[in-house]
Amino acid sequence: MSGAGSAIGKDLLGLEELSADQIQLLLDTAEPFKEISLRAIKKVPTLRGATIVNLFFEASTRTRISFEFAEKRLSADTVNVQSSGSSVSKGETLVDTARNLEAMKIDMVVIRHPSSGAARFLAQRIESNVINAGDGMHEHPTQGLLDLLTLRDHFKRLAGLKVCICGDVLHSRVARSNIWGLKKMGAEVAICGPRSLLPNAVEAMGVTVFRRIEEAIEWADALNILRLQLERMQAGYIPSQREYNRVFGVTREKLERAPRDILIMHPGPMNRGVEIDSDVADGPHSVILDQVTNGVAVRMAVLYLLSGGNPALAEAAKG
Amino acid sequence: MPNHEPRTSQHDVVLLRNGRVLDPSQRMDIVGDVLIVDGKIEHAGAPLGDVRRDGDLVEIDCAGQIVSPGFVDVHCHLREPGREDVETIATGARAAAAGGFTAVCAMPNTDPVTDNQAAVGFIIRQALRAASARVYPIGAISVGQRGEALAEFGEMIGAGAVAVSDDGKPVASAQLMRSALEYARTFEIPVADHCEEPTLAAGGAMNEGVVSARLGLKGIPNEAEEIMVIRDILLARRTGGHVHLCHMSTKGSVELIRWGKERHIRVTAEVCPHHLSLTEDSVEGYNTNAKMNPPLRTAEDVEFLKEAVKDGTIDLVATDHAPHHYDEKEREFSDAPNGIVGLETALAVLVTNLVVPGIIDYATLVERMSCSPTRIFNLPGGNLRRGSVGDITVFDPTMRWSVDPSSFLSKGRNTPYAGKLLMGRATCTVVGGRVVYRLTN
Repeated sequence: MSGAGSAIGKDLLGLEELSADQIQLLLDTAEPFKEISLRAIKKVPTLRGATIVNLFFEASTRTRISFEFAEKRLSADTVNVQSSGSSVSKGETLVDTARNLEAMKIDMVVIRHPSSGAARFLAQRIESNVINAGDGMHEHPTQGLLDLLTLRDHFKRLAGLKVCICGDVLHSRVARSNIWGLKKMGAEVAICGPRSLLPNAVEAMGVTVFRRIEEAIEWADALNILRLQLERMQAGYIPSQREYNRVFGVTREKLERAPRDILIMHPGPMNRGVEIDSDVADGPHSVILDQVTNGVAVRMAVLYLLSGGNPALAEAAKG
Repeated sequence: MPNHEPRTSQHDVVLLRNGRVLDPSQRMDIVGDVLIVDGKIEHAGAPLGDVRRDGDLVEIDCAGQIVSPGFVDVHCHLREPGREDVETIATGARAAAAGGFTAVCAMPNTDPVTDNQAAVGFIIRQALRAASARVYPIGAISVGQRGEALAEFGEMIGAGAVAVSDDGKPVASAQLMRSALEYARTFEIPVADHCEEPTLAAGGAMNEGVVSARLGLKGIPNEAEEIMVIRDILLARRTGGHVHLCHMSTKGSVELIRWGKERHIRVTAEVCPHHLSLTEDSVEGYNTNAKMNPPLRTAEDVEFLKEAVKDGTIDLVATDHAPHHYDEKEREFSDAPNGIVGLETALAVLVTNLVVPGIIDYATLVERMSCSPTRIFNLPGGNLRRGSVGDITVFDPTMRWSVDPSSFLSKGRNTPYAGKLLMGRATCTVVGGRVVYRLTN
């Protein structure tokens, strides 16, 4: 399985390097795969015989399980490798780890790594297809795709949608993948958060910056609310969770002043009562669990296309 | 393929014929000859007739070449002692000679740190054994470069050190920097500082800006450098000491140095060839050979730095030659070490990026590479006057060559210029009247 000639290239490293057509193809390919997860027997033979390694250098529950379900439901053989820390502390370099895995004749690597650029680094050095499951503060393309799919499911379009990404954009790979994906699909993108947690030159990425969450709520069709990591307080970026909730938290009171219903998204895991209040997370406009469901379908589409699957045959590939 | 076999001839008489003899220190620019006898310049200028000497005479035709006082690099890392796998004083000195440098200053961030007279003496001895470009040790400012207690400047200078620096690390304590500047006045040596405000730069992997925002890499803002630049300038004003600012990289630093010089504060500054030719865009694709500290900045910073070299706000060009092992750069970007090799590409990068576009002329190039570093660091050379030390760089200003790291004499291969077509190359390097390097095709 090489997939070098696949419609989306050899690897999926980020949404920045994909065209609008390729993103559209990924979303369209995910559609027929949604149904597999609804069956009693959630398995099709599409990737039978393929070997996939899930190489996680950072703790992850949701993304790793979602990938594993996607792989298993396509009948691939999967191995999970968990390792903490960078190559320096681990003693073996990333490239040596990967070459050892490849020597066991694998087809794909799904990698999660704390260093930005790690997925690309790997992709340039091994033959197998590489899927970026999150690299440092850079990109998390399958999260971006599942967010796009969820928005498209709800609004039936992406072009012209107004989406605001709220919170710690500076450290967020989810934010970067969302910005690229949304902009390529014709949506308008804004970000909102404490300035100490926004990249200094972020306007150059073509996004609007809202100083206050009330302004974002006034403007947006959808909010994608990022998780606030506890480390940010310790590192002195912002004072406290309490003040964050007061100033930037998405609460029902703030949403009630919006001129329209606003779709609520969150990549998880949530800090209830910090960046998002429970009655918003569990409220009628929340699609947070739909995002999780779509994650499996999107990852199946990515695996299928990278393996060289014919997009037109995705429906038939379900078997 | 050019062959860089170092020549180790011991001839006492070297005659460089028919070159463009360029000595900005005496405004000399004439096609003629340079004669070196017993390690000293006997003649530089008008063509000589027949030269008859007892013993061997090495006569080199320099037609079409520039013959100038030897280039001096006041900032390089030769890694010995401690990391002889990535460079030694001998390989570093030979790489320097191949780049047209007749002398280099070795920074003290070795292992162990060069912070005492014995360590300084070791470098002097290794340099003598290498018998190539001269190597002048720079001693540490603080014991162990830990930024706490002052190292023994006097003893290190007695053993041959020419300056002090904690390069690789900033002097975080303003009080220690003040003491260093005051204490150094006894010996009249520069205190060379690596300007980096450590809390602003912490964890940074590249310039803070558009590219870091996209790549998701922690940025180092210009202000991390500039805050220390102005601190050091103000402390030089307070103390009367001579502060030399290493590897300047930002527009703001240039403006602050200009401010200091206008007030006759004793501040001098250097810039590296990479900061005059490359921008943060080189990091695209997580290229670890574009990772250095200070980081590559923006096109606007580059333009300001070029202008500062032209008008003398920046006194000299230094390489910050920093060899690393292949394995160390073959890593995730955030884990890869900072630095690139520079000794063998510096001249060509400057000719290609500053002289060819008409920003500076060759006289200014020689001034910034030879006259200015020798003057500021109180080193021999920097001119072609009769009786001066016989350190000469001969270079072909129009030779085009493609950078092939595998042909470097340095052990380091980590360069962002690999495969780049550059112009200008050293063809012959003379140290103390000995030809230590000749480029042969």
